[in-house]
Amino acid sequence: MSTYSTNQFKSGLKIMLDGDPFAIVENEFVKPGKGQAFNRVKVRNLKNGRVVERTFKSGDSVEAADVVEVDLQYLYNDGEFWHFMEPNTYEQYTADQNAVAEASKWIREEDVCTVTLYNGSPLSVDAPNFVELEVTETDPGVRGDTSGGGGKPATLETGAVVRVPLFINVGDKLKVDTRSGEYVSRA
Amino acid sequence: MNEASRRDWQPAASLAALEFRAAMLAEIRAFFAARQCLEVNTPVLAAAAATDPQIESFALDEQGRRWWLQSSPEFHMKRLLAAGSGAIYQIGPAFRREEQGRWHNPEFFLLEWYRPGFDHHQLMDEVEALWKTLAGTASPPELPRHRYADLLQARLGLDCLTVELEVLRAALQGELGELPGNLDRNALLDAAMGLLVGPELGLEAPCFVYDYPASQAALAQVREDGWASRFELYWRGIELANGFHELADAKEQRRRFEADLSSRASHGLASVALDEALLQALDAGLPPCAGVALGVDRLAALLMGAAGIAPLIAFPADRA
Repeated sequence: MSTYSTNQFKSGLKIMLDGDPFAIVENEFVKPGKGQAFNRVKVRNLKNGRVVERTFKSGDSVEAADVVEVDLQYLYNDGEFWHFMEPNTYEQYTADQNAVAEASKWIREEDVCTVTLYNGSPLSVDAPNFVELEVTETDPGVRGDTSGGGGKPATLETGAVVRVPLFINVGDKLKVDTRSGEYVSRA
Repeated sequence: MNEASRRDWQPAASLAALEFRAAMLAEIRAFFAARQCLEVNTPVLAAAAATDPQIESFALDEQGRRWWLQSSPEFHMKRLLAAGSGAIYQIGPAFRREEQGRWHNPEFFLLEWYRPGFDHHQLMDEVEALWKTLAGTASPPELPRHRYADLLQARLGLDCLTVELEVLRAALQGELGELPGNLDRNALLDAAMGLLVGPELGLEAPCFVYDYPASQAALAQVREDGWASRFELYWRGIELANGFHELADAKEQRRRFEADLSSRASHGLASVALDEALLQALDAGLPPCAGVALGVDRLAALLMGAAGIAPLIAFPADRA
């Protein structure tokens, strides 16, 4: 079991608290000139995303969380689970609905996603920041309107619905920012 | 050169910040010159170290001898006072291991001064005068001064001396969330001051906190009423200075040193050489005096409105 001392604390470090993996969001070293030193940290629970504040005595140690981020290729969905593969070792990973969550709206087979592994299993999946997806359903395009003002909903091949400019047609390929869920441009 | 060994060679402080800092130091020197307080320099590399279990000194071994980078110029300055120096001040570096953060750097600058004949209230007056000079303001007419016990009473509704440990812990956890389990009374009081009360102090002008519990006396006199004649200055939630009506009793000083050393041993901390020279100086006679140490980097940062000390330090530890 590896541990981290509070003087190794920095944002992004993954630690175990109360049996759950957490990521340090913010770390503040607080020490009275004469007295006990503390590390006051904000930590995000990697299972549910909740951020809480915790205090440690400086010098104390906490267990490291076995959490790593890897780039995995999305293979297919079997109706219940999403299957990913490490492109170099061909090792396969299975992610459930909780882990894939929002990313399921954006990813297509063969897309490379950033997957957070906890004790070797996918804990969360991040879609690529930008994806290119085809429009499968939208109101007919309005010729000549390239202003981007107004807009309309369009359904993409993955099922995601984004707001697009009026000139977009079924069959167009769009570049979308998966972090904001917003249309960027025609691909 | 590969990327990993590439370092940011540039200073963390802007030229404007360095000029501001230099002007502030010049003003501090002018302030003390006008008050007939002598500037001194005492060793950075010392033969003894602070015994305080909360302060870890850097140790160096050289030709069979152990030296310490001083964590405060206090002991040497008291030897000067015992030798009849009169009022003295010093501006220079101090070193503390494992202290790094927004308001900490393992090497930092201290302004420390001593006033024979003053008690801690008179020294607060002078700290106040210095702050007003540097801040360029005459208002408020008097900086607020709060007794330590009153602040804890007002914020947590409890008596810091008599409250049961579990009640104090529960009150703090109600405000701060879960705390580590292994905190004794002093550590809980440090959490109260350092994490809760302190950060809310002096949000406009600075304020003083004075008369600490005897268990938090450090090197201050403990009076017959049971309170330690110690004060701190807070500005925008940051502890800026710590002062004492100085303990002058060699026997009591030795007792506190030895208590510190046994606490260090029981906590598995590095043992340090006890400063016999200081004890001899106290034996010879330290004039009744008050002394205070003020963080120069913090003062400059707060006067400039910076959100930490790094922008006021040419090369903080991560660029040293």
